[in-house]
This record gives sequence, structure tokens and C-alpha cells, in this order.
Amino acid sequence: MYLAANGRPDAPPRTPGARRRVPAAVLALGAVSLVTDISSEMVTAVLPLYLVLGLGLSPLQFGFLDGMFNGATALVRLLGGRLADRGGRHKRVAGAGYLLSALSRLGLLLAGGATAGIAAALAADRLGKGIRTAPRDALISLSGPPETLGRSFGVHRAMDTTGALLGPLAAFAVLWATADAYDAVFAVSFCVGLLGVLLLAVYVQAAPAIPPTAAPTPAAASTAAPARPSRATALRDPAFRRILYAAALLGATTIGDAFLYLLLLRGLDLPPALFTLLPLGAAAGYLLLAVPAGRLADRYGRRPAFLLGHGALLCAYAVLLAPVSWPSVIAVLALLGVFYAGTDGVLMALAAPVLPAHGRAGGLALLQTGQALARLLGAAGFGAAWTFWGQRPALWAAALALAAALAAARRVLPRPAASPRTPTPEPS
Amino acid sequence: MNLRHARLRLALVITAVLLLGAGSLGYVLHARDRERPAREAGASASFDLAEPGLYFRDAATGRVARRAASDGPSEPGGPSCDRFHAAGEHALCLRKLPGVPARTDALVLDRRLREIRRVTVPGIPNRARVSASGQLLSWTTFTTGDSYNTSAFSTRTSILDLRTGYLVKSMEQIPLTLDGARHHDSDVNYWGVSFADDDNRFYATVSTRGRTHLVEGDLRNWSARALRENAECPSLSPDGTRVAFKKKVSDEARAPWRLYVLDLATMREHPLAEPHSVDDQPAWLDAATVGYGLDGDIRSVSADGTGTPRLLVRGGSSPAYVSGPPR
Repeated sequence: MYLAANGRPDAPPRTPGARRRVPAAVLALGAVSLVTDISSEMVTAVLPLYLVLGLGLSPLQFGFLDGMFNGATALVRLLGGRLADRGGRHKRVAGAGYLLSALSRLGLLLAGGATAGIAAALAADRLGKGIRTAPRDALISLSGPPETLGRSFGVHRAMDTTGALLGPLAAFAVLWATADAYDAVFAVSFCVGLLGVLLLAVYVQAAPAIPPTAAPTPAAASTAAPARPSRATALRDPAFRRILYAAALLGATTIGDAFLYLLLLRGLDLPPALFTLLPLGAAAGYLLLAVPAGRLADRYGRRPAFLLGHGALLCAYAVLLAPVSWPSVIAVLALLGVFYAGTDGVLMALAAPVLPAHGRAGGLALLQTGQALARLLGAAGFGAAWTFWGQRPALWAAALALAAALAAARRVLPRPAASPRTPTPEPS
Repeated sequence: MNLRHARLRLALVITAVLLLGAGSLGYVLHARDRERPAREAGASASFDLAEPGLYFRDAATGRVARRAASDGPSEPGGPSCDRFHAAGEHALCLRKLPGVPARTDALVLDRRLREIRRVTVPGIPNRARVSASGQLLSWTTFTTGDSYNTSAFSTRTSILDLRTGYLVKSMEQIPLTLDGARHHDSDVNYWGVSFADDDNRFYATVSTRGRTHLVEGDLRNWSARALRENAECPSLSPDGTRVAFKKKVSDEARAPWRLYVLDLATMREHPLAEPHSVDDQPAWLDAATVGYGLDGDIRSVSADGTGTPRLLVRGGSSPAYVSGPPR
């Protein structure tokens, strides 16, 4: 099997770019994410049905439960990052996160109709998700040479998205086969989740032990390698700070996919049932583009790729400002695919080499949390603008804000000169 | 790592896949056997609406049960329904169909609980009502974009007139007067219909632009007008003078509603003695008592706002009092 037979995946090759294979650890982590996402999306897909029909919760109560945990995930991520950095326990912390999420399905199964039990299980799931994300991304970044990180993250995100697309299909197959036995969905999801944990335990190696002094980049070396790494180390680094600011700034001018889909549906007067299909289109675009975008980012620079990704989002706003027709649906979905492909994994690949190996999980967590909170703010702001000004002025405002943020981010984002190991000089 | 280890790992993973796969399959097959028969059960031959009493959905079996005396035993044996109501000549049984997207069968049953008509609509069963004569039926389903868009639900309400056989699949297009003016909006949602004795007038909830209103409707003229704001799931009293409803009293998502009764002559309302948030369409058990589902049980409370709530049925929902032969 290729996964296991690929020698020492964590050792950077001596000749950069000579090896074209994706590190085995990245493929293994991708497989873990794929399996885990099938497991978690199975539950996500049926949970509203289960809570409202199976348990008789009102949609209002459901919305409350759902929203309650979403914000918490972003903060738990910081904790996961910090824990992982202490003594390089990436694999153990990520594994604990995966296991917690898998066990939460068992909680759903055992909770029966008790709302408190359901809430606890949902909380455990989000806790697991929050904890594992940063150590996992740090593992990916530590598993290959810095110059192919874009491709590594692209491969991982493509596998991850595949799982997210398969999950609902699996859930509906189970519901269909069992005449709506929701507990069967939870049981299957639990088994699939356990498989994910096992794959992690068997095929993913612990993070390579890199002594703090032998950090891979000069940026990291400049932080003088403290014995107890903390979030402060990442924040003290000017290059990382600039990436964080740029990501947060751009995130705050992102209005949220749901609004884009809503604008499409309204513009074309489409039935709301299509609301479920539009995200599938965008996810498919992301799935197809994640790897090529990562490769292009490795070759021509992650900074321009990140900016171009947000440029694609700006184009999507522009398409929606024009009269909406069927081609605009295709265009917006494709542009959203480009946006995610150019920003999600690429941002991790952009920031990882700047961070010291021993503070990487914490730094990535900080970046992800900052971006997520900024996006939450952006979506809320757009919702308010829509309410007060109406949809067109709100969209104009969002487009102008994004354009301004892009111009600012272009100045703020550090030039790749800070990272001498980038193989090819960057245009722009 | 060497090859021997790689083989070992592969063997371990394959074993796990087989074990977990077998476990999943076993659970699915078990659940399939368990759910199939119960979900489609009809009423047993000896169970019908002839005997007066409280009819309700029994949570343990998913079937309709009857309780003749308020502290007597529950007799199961009705059809399996997710939501149930009965009055006069007919009963209405909402049953969710398996699979996705969600669909619901509305089964119209006669007094012997034999099926006489079946309508399939999209969505999840939510409210069911039969007029006092049994000739008018109405039901509401939640429709939802099932998987990716999680929290947005909308309602869909149908009205069936058995005298003519005419079915309004969705009453959304009924001309609505709001604050004295005709109201047009794409976000109009109706739910929780309650019919008057004349088999023409009805009350219902309409929601539009973030507000809910109690509407009074007229079937023959096919019109509806809003009476007042913030009154959901109306239930007209047997004498037709009062409406029991749930009122949103708090923005807190955990406990937003309280039960109220509105006097239609004076348009004055008063709260009932139930201190908990109730999300159900109340049902009049007699001229002075209102029954409702709360936390999986059926409770009742006096309609004049006095007294304390009483636990009627543990593990039940969809209460309907059937008072012997139709008038």
C-alpha cells in the first residue's frame, strides 16, 4: 500500500522540488479527514430532522442549540493548538479530538430524547472538532518540505471535501434503508468515526521532533526559541502578525455563502429547495480546484494566490450586482470554488513556514480563529446592512469594502523575501 | 518502518473495516426490522372512535391510544401516527414517510378508523385539526432544506373539504388583509388552523416579515384578515367564543411561549396557569379545560387562568377529546 510504503515522509528531500509525490503523512491525514467528515456530515445532515421530528423540538429551539456551539469551536481551537505545541504532541491532541467527536455519536445514541444529553453530545463533537483542527494542520505542514505545502494542503482539503460530500449521501441511504431510524445513522457514524481514529493511530506519525533551535526558517529563529512556547511567540513575529491582520481584514469583508445563495435564489425566483444544492456546487468546485490551486500557489507564490482567491470572491459580488440569470449561478458557484481553493489551504501554507515548528499548531490555531471570528463579524455586518439599507446597497458596500481590504492586504501581507526557501522568485 | 510493520498495519485496518462495517450493517438491519412494521400499522379491528374519551398519540408505541376515564388505563390499538386529531365523522392521522426529502401522508379516517382518503404532502408533520362536524380537515407540515441549510424551516398548510372533496394543498395564496390593507409578500406562512362550528369560518396563524398574527378566515369567500399580533396556533373553544393560543412572551429561545386565552367578543386575553413554555396547538377537552403537549406528556389546565396544570398522560401527544356520536 502506497500510504505505508513511502519511506520516511517527514524528511524534507535534499533537492527541493525534485520529488513530486505528496508526503505519505499528508495522504494519511487526508484519509483520516475524509473518513471523519463522512462520519460528522452524516450527523449534521440528519440532525435537524431528528431534533424536530424525532424529539419534537421547535425549529427555534433547534436554531438556538445549533448556534450555541458554533462560536465556541473557534475558541477551543486555540486550546488545541497550545496543547499540541507543548512537547510536540500534535498526533495525540488531534487523536483525542477525533476520538471525542466519534464518541459524541455514541452520546447521541444513548441520550435518547433528553435535550440535555443531546446538547452535551453536540458540545463534545464541537469540542473535538475545535481541538483537532490546528494540530492536524500543523502535522500537515511539518510532514513535507515547505516549498510544496500548498500542494499538501490542497490534497488534504480535496480529500476532506470529498468526505463532506459523501456524508449526507451515506446518512440518507441509512435513513432510507431503515425507515427513518435516526439512531442507525448515529451508530454508523460512530463506526465510521472510530475507523478515522484508527487510521490516524496506525498511519500518521507523530510530528518529527525538531529541536527548537533548529527551526526551519529565520523568522522562527528570530524568536529565540523559548523553552515553553506559547501564543505570544507567534504574535511576536512581525511576518506572522501581518498575515493574521490581512486574513482578519479580508475575513471581515466576507459576507458568508448563505447570503450569496440567497441572493441567487431571490434574483432568479428559484424554489428554496435548491438552497440545499447550491453549496454542493460550490463544494464540488472547491474539490476540483484545491489541488491545482495549491500547486500553482507553490509555483507562483502563495501570497498572490491568497489575494487572487479573494479577488474571485469580489468577482462573485460583481456578478450578483449585475442582473441575475442562469449563467450567473454557474459563475458564482465557480468563483466560490476558486475563492475557497485559493484561500483555505493556501493560507495555512502561507503562514506555516513563518512559524517555528514548536509553535506552529498554536500559530495556525490563532490564524484560523482570527479568520473565523472576522468572517462571523462580516456576515453579521452584512446581515445588518441588508436589513437597514436593502440588498443592493448592502452588496455594493460589501464589494467596496472587500476591494479596499484587498488593496490593504496587498500592502500588509509580507513579501516572500522573508522566506528564502521558496524555490522560485515570485512575480508581483 | 519496515514491510512487516506495514503489512501488520494493513491487516489491522482491514480487520477494523470488516468489524465496524459488520457492526454498522447489523445495526441498520436491526433498525430496519424494528421500524418497518410499527410505522405503518393501522388500527386494530376493535379500536374505533365510538367510545367517548381522550384520544392521543402514545409515545411508547407510536400508535393512537384512548383513555375513557381521566384516571383510567390507556387502551392502545389505534393507527400509528405522528400527529392525530379527531372530531365528528372523521379522524386525521399525519404520518411521516421514510426517507429524504421529508414527506408526510395525511390519512383521513372514518369513525371506525378505516382509511378513506390519503394525501401526500412535502414536509414533517406538525399540526392536525378536524372541524367539529368532521367535514373539514387541515394539517400543517414543516418543510426544510434538509441537509446543508440547517435552521431555516417554513410551514405549509393544507385544507381539505370532505363535502366537496376539494383540497387546498397550500393555503399560502389566500388573499390576506393585514392592518386593513391587502398584504403581498413571498414570505407568508400559515399554520395551526382551527375551524368554527359553521364549517366555514376558521382561525389560523400567519407569519410574515418576522411577525406572527392571528387571522380569521372565511372558506367560502376565500379570504383571511389579521385580528391581532403575536397569537400562534389558535384553538377555538367548543362554544366558539374564545381562542386558546400560544403567545410569544420572551425572545429567549429556550422558553419563548406561554398559553393564553383570548375572548373574541372583547378581544381581551388572559394567561393560563401553565408556567412552562408550551409549543403545541392547544385542544379544548371541554368548555373549561385546555389540553396540550409539554415535554412529551399531555397536560391540562383550566381555561379561565386559575388553578394549576395537571398531568393527564405520561408519554403522549396530540390530545383530542372525542365526545361520542357526532352531533
